[in-house]
Amino acid sequence: MEQTNSQLKNQDTQSHEWDTRLHHATKATHEDWIGRGISYFCIGIIILVVASMLWFITSKGIATFTQNHVSLWKFLSGTNWAPDQGKIGALPMILGSFAVTFAAAIVATPFALGTAIFMTEISPNRGRKFLQPVIELLVGIPSVVYGFIGLAVVVPFMRHLVGGSGFGIISATFVLFVMVLPTITSMTVDSLRAVPRFYKEASLALGATRWQTVSRVILRSATSGILTAIIFGMARAFGEALAVQMVIGNAAIMPKNLISPASTLTSQLTTGIGDTIDGTLPNNALWSLALILLLMSLFFNALVRFIAKRGQLKHER
Amino acid sequence: MNKGSKLAMGIAALSILLVGCGKATSSTSSKGSSEALSGKVTAVGSTALQPLAAKAGANFTAKNSKVNLTVQGGGSGTGLSQVQAGAVSIGDSDIFAEEKDGIKADKLTDHKVAVVGMAPVVNKDAGIKNLKMAQVKKIFTGKITNWKEVGGKDQKIVIINRAQGSGTRATFENAVLKGATAVKSQEQDSNGAVQKIVSTTPGAISYLAFSYFTNKLQAVSIDNVTPTDNNVQTNKWKIWSYEHMYTKGTPDKATAAFLKYMDSKAVQNSLVKDMGYISIHDMKVTKDAKGVVTQN
Repeated sequence: MEQTNSQLKNQDTQSHEWDTRLHHATKATHEDWIGRGISYFCIGIIILVVASMLWFITSKGIATFTQNHVSLWKFLSGTNWAPDQGKIGALPMILGSFAVTFAAAIVATPFALGTAIFMTEISPNRGRKFLQPVIELLVGIPSVVYGFIGLAVVVPFMRHLVGGSGFGIISATFVLFVMVLPTITSMTVDSLRAVPRFYKEASLALGATRWQTVSRVILRSATSGILTAIIFGMARAFGEALAVQMVIGNAAIMPKNLISPASTLTSQLTTGIGDTIDGTLPNNALWSLALILLLMSLFFNALVRFIAKRGQLKHER
Repeated sequence: MNKGSKLAMGIAALSILLVGCGKATSSTSSKGSSEALSGKVTAVGSTALQPLAAKAGANFTAKNSKVNLTVQGGGSGTGLSQVQAGAVSIGDSDIFAEEKDGIKADKLTDHKVAVVGMAPVVNKDAGIKNLKMAQVKKIFTGKITNWKEVGGKDQKIVIINRAQGSGTRATFENAVLKGATAVKSQEQDSNGAVQKIVSTTPGAISYLAFSYFTNKLQAVSIDNVTPTDNNVQTNKWKIWSYEHMYTKGTPDKATAAFLKYMDSKAVQNSLVKDMGYISIHDMKVTKDAKGVVTQN
């Protein structure tokens, strides 16, 4: 009788213990909550920062059109940039930015492709040991150093080669080429490495040479990745300010050729922002240039996403 | 790079002063002020005035260790708009507040702390030492494009301007172009960049403050007047401007003390001259915001 009683009692305390274990949060659960809280808090702050930056640049950038009543079309197509006299045609800078961006991408892509193929297909060992660190080093060099080398080496070289002052789109292209090369190369390497091994094996088994395999199988199936790499490179070139400003000459005139001084959106921004007064037209016009830069980088991002999606679909098929 | 080296120099200068002042303070403290000055002073703006303001500021804080004084660049426009907004105690500027759109000059108080002379500089290759004022104007408005037209080599003229809105450019254009519009050309955002580019680019012309002259470039006389401090003091040399420190409303004690220090003989007679500026005390003429010059 007594025994059963104690058994019952024992059972009772046990079930009580289970009850607390099952219905109350453990230490691990608490940690989980805290962790989640911290994550959400951080994400929230980042979203807030991004959103407020977008809002800030947009509201400042459109003030040129809403407060100063400059027509958007005149701003985009005008060729006379003299904000102090109320003339803000931004076309010279827009063209300048696109010119250096495309020129740098066109020059850099063949070199990047060649390097990437060498590193993945021709000599993966030496590629990893020697080229990989070199490319990583190129990424890490600050842009002001590139600009300084451009000013001290590239500009005089161009002056001797083609005449003129040496400042211009071609010097900027040269500097940007070196700056975007590592970006395009390393991303191309990643996309070439992602090509399934059996593609290559099947191609070689069918009797294709190495060149045929690389050019018709590997490059083709990595196309979307390579395009993404090029666009990332272009985005970097488009946004680069300091190095370009040091070698392009900053003349807000329509670029007539590659060797005369020109200017880009970023170079105008960095030269002009310290000398303008908040709320006046020259200042607002610079914010409008910044808005164009922002929209372009959003466009580049959207393009990358679009291409990545297309690439995925192709692989699934 | 530029800012970094300036900062390093500033820190070095400050530390030397702090070390050197162990003796100085003990000797002056006997007759020194009864109440220690304290507070926070921020001077922001003109990069042309920045080296002087930074050096004078370091000397000032060495004597008044409780004052927290910061000197920053950013450009004359930044200085004027920041002091107008009340964000800083002193706005440094190369130009009169009246000359800048969007600045309410009557709300600000002008303190002229130094004078800077500027002159056209050309690459030594061009073979030019003297120009007429009218020729300088024609070069910068794009009517003369080759050095042989003004007695130099057969070489294309490469114009290097300062950025639109820069104080140095405004001073130069007021004195030389007199309302005419400059031809579109290369623009650089600092005296240092102009100095480097003019000395290395054949056929280049620009304009620089006297303190940036080097033997690698040629400073040009205008109408046979040489760009010297003495000629600026009598206004024989026309291209010069004041360095202003603007305040809004009544400055607080520390700011007022610093402005008084800037005007003192200690700064005006030694530091100002040592750093290549012209003392405000030596000027025999006065220029107002409209550019009208009167004899003192």
